[in-house]
Amino acid sequence: MTSAGFDDIRPKGRLSTLAAARVVARRDFAAILFSRTFFFFLLGPLFPVIVGVLAGSVGQQVQQTVQRPELGVVMQPADARAMVETRNALAERLDDRLPHFLIVRALGPGEVYDPVRALEGRQANIAAILSGSPDSPVLTGPEGQVDEWRGDVAMVAAQARAGPLGPWPQVEVRTTTGSAASDRAGRLHTAQSAQVLLFLLTMMLAGMVLSNLVEEKGNKIIEVLAAAIPMEAVFLGKLFAMLAVSLVGIAVWGGVGGALYLAAGSAVPSLPTPAVGWPVLVGLGVIYFAMAYLLLGSVFLSIGSMATTVREVQTLSMPVTMMQLMIFFLASYAMTMPDSAVEMFTLVLPFSSPFAMLARAAQDPALWPHAAALVWQGFWVLLLVRAGASLFRTRVMKSGPTGARRTKKRWKKNSRNVPTG
Amino acid sequence: MAGNDAAPAARPLAIEARGLVKRFDGFTAVDGVDLSVPEGVIYGILGPNGAGKTTTLRMLLGIIDPDQGYRRVLGAERPHDVAHAIGYLPEERGLYPAMKATEAIAFVGALRGLPLKEGRRRARELLEQHGLGYAADRQIRQLSKGMAQQVQILGTLVHRPRLVIFDEPFSGLDALNQGRLEKMMRALAGEGTTVIFSTHVIAHAERLCDDVAIIAGGKVPFAGSVDVARDRIPAQVRLETRCGDGAWRAALPVEARRDGKSDGGAFWYFPLPAEGIEPLLRALIEGEAGILSLSIERAGLHDAFVAIAGEAAARALEQEKPGEARR
Repeated sequence: MTSAGFDDIRPKGRLSTLAAARVVARRDFAAILFSRTFFFFLLGPLFPVIVGVLAGSVGQQVQQTVQRPELGVVMQPADARAMVETRNALAERLDDRLPHFLIVRALGPGEVYDPVRALEGRQANIAAILSGSPDSPVLTGPEGQVDEWRGDVAMVAAQARAGPLGPWPQVEVRTTTGSAASDRAGRLHTAQSAQVLLFLLTMMLAGMVLSNLVEEKGNKIIEVLAAAIPMEAVFLGKLFAMLAVSLVGIAVWGGVGGALYLAAGSAVPSLPTPAVGWPVLVGLGVIYFAMAYLLLGSVFLSIGSMATTVREVQTLSMPVTMMQLMIFFLASYAMTMPDSAVEMFTLVLPFSSPFAMLARAAQDPALWPHAAALVWQGFWVLLLVRAGASLFRTRVMKSGPTGARRTKKRWKKNSRNVPTG
Repeated sequence: MAGNDAAPAARPLAIEARGLVKRFDGFTAVDGVDLSVPEGVIYGILGPNGAGKTTTLRMLLGIIDPDQGYRRVLGAERPHDVAHAIGYLPEERGLYPAMKATEAIAFVGALRGLPLKEGRRRARELLEQHGLGYAADRQIRQLSKGMAQQVQILGTLVHRPRLVIFDEPFSGLDALNQGRLEKMMRALAGEGTTVIFSTHVIAHAERLCDDVAIIAGGKVPFAGSVDVARDRIPAQVRLETRCGDGAWRAALPVEARRDGKSDGGAFWYFPLPAEGIEPLLRALIEGEAGILSLSIERAGLHDAFVAIAGEAAARALEQEKPGEARR
């Protein structure tokens, strides 16, 4: 070590919090990216995707039960009643597999009603309209929907007209471009898929942050970091490193998924177009993913910084994981109730806000709420990082009060026996 | 020892702490610590485990904040503001196992504001200087514990800090590497760098330090130069005699007769008279004391520690073994 010319080659000043965070993030990013952990991280989604697909199917089943699209009936009162009653009677024997009939309008004598109006008015959960009479039923609705219900309508109309042995009438079909119910159901499906994807990614990454920090404590390097830079910078660096890793992962998964989609072509089932459009939804998805991860990751980092063993980590993180699971279910539930108090609650609650807002993006084209939500979520990220860093300083960086107490007791014991000089 | 020609007391302070208090869960780990560390000295913080050394150092570094009192480090009240000029080796050593030695050193430098490229260059230079050039591209996990510790010590110095704080730097090092570290610490001080280290091994402090602070039970009963600490115990005259019966004592001055003590064998001990050794020597010769040897003995730092911190603290200090440091 020589001191010649030291002053001109010494660092000129302390690093800013962001610059310090960058140093930590760069190290973590490189370390994780070129590790086996990252390989397994890339493989990780295989399993949750399978679970997610299964869960999605179950969810869809539930959704179909709870919010099954209905067939609106617009007929003379007697015909309408006959159709509904016949449908209900048949449904019992067919395990309720027939569409639910709902009388939208009982027509007065000579009254003419355009079925398309009922669909365009976007009232209730009507997916198609049945008009005319049991002798000559007219089914109006989106092409896929009327094709699906055409046979059911003919069967119900035949039964209503002449009993089980009667001939089936010809169902006149009039197709429209869409309906309130099919749009809403489709977008709900899109929103649900986006939420599931967001949730799985977030949980996977937050767990990785947690184990990363515990490993750091095991390496005993945390004190070197804490002495050199503010703990906020350490936390931010770690959070953003993992975020960058995850974005690389998403890019890889996206690339592989895109290639598979191109290869499979039309064989891949497509989701209905979200309200904000696909490009905006994907962009918002990435941003909300980052926010959801940063919010949860900052909590997990605080937990990781306080835990000393894997068992402690598991004990401490379990309630947070359960809470996140409940928040996810709450956001999923709120998604089906637009503009309700429940939805507002999930939008405002920081941990559920990214999930709820992503679902909203699939259902509502307005963009300004997203700007407000991102500011709100960003504020909470900073708050949680600061709180976590403060907790770390006050609760973790003590050199062991138990040991100190033990030593002090030992001193006292010795002091009683040996005169001090 | 220090590179600065001015007397330590006349130099500006690298560290000034007044009334530092830190409590954890109702337990007072540090209780009103005052420290004044002049620039360019080697300063030892001496005390047994649990005395509050690590907590004090952590407060000085800004890792934790004191509950009471204030600290000023290199002129800054917030230590992180001068983090680029400080090097720190914690008691709990650790590096990323997968990092190469060069990268590990450069990373620690980068945390202190040294550009990575420059850090890598200096890391190679330092490793070469310290005989570890062959390990530059080896991962930390491939190094022995001692080598990994040396790498971390080099990481502490890579950004050329003005103040270096070592927490129990000698623990875990073999005798050879302890000697190297002592040499390195002297070299740093010779260049004007302030070196502070905590230890429970008095011999290291005695060999290295200009000044020491003795910490016991979270308090600092003594802070000052090693000489002043040793002067707390008066020097004594040791006589080796062939006339063990002590008949010659009748010729001694009153004080020497009263305070002289025998070890029961050939040795006698007398307080060094204020006027010097000559009157005592004359009396011993006149009394035909059968002098085999006569020497003036000054107290060691260990004796001073016992006198200042007490027998119990000294015993606690002696009971500690390297590597037993509190976690």
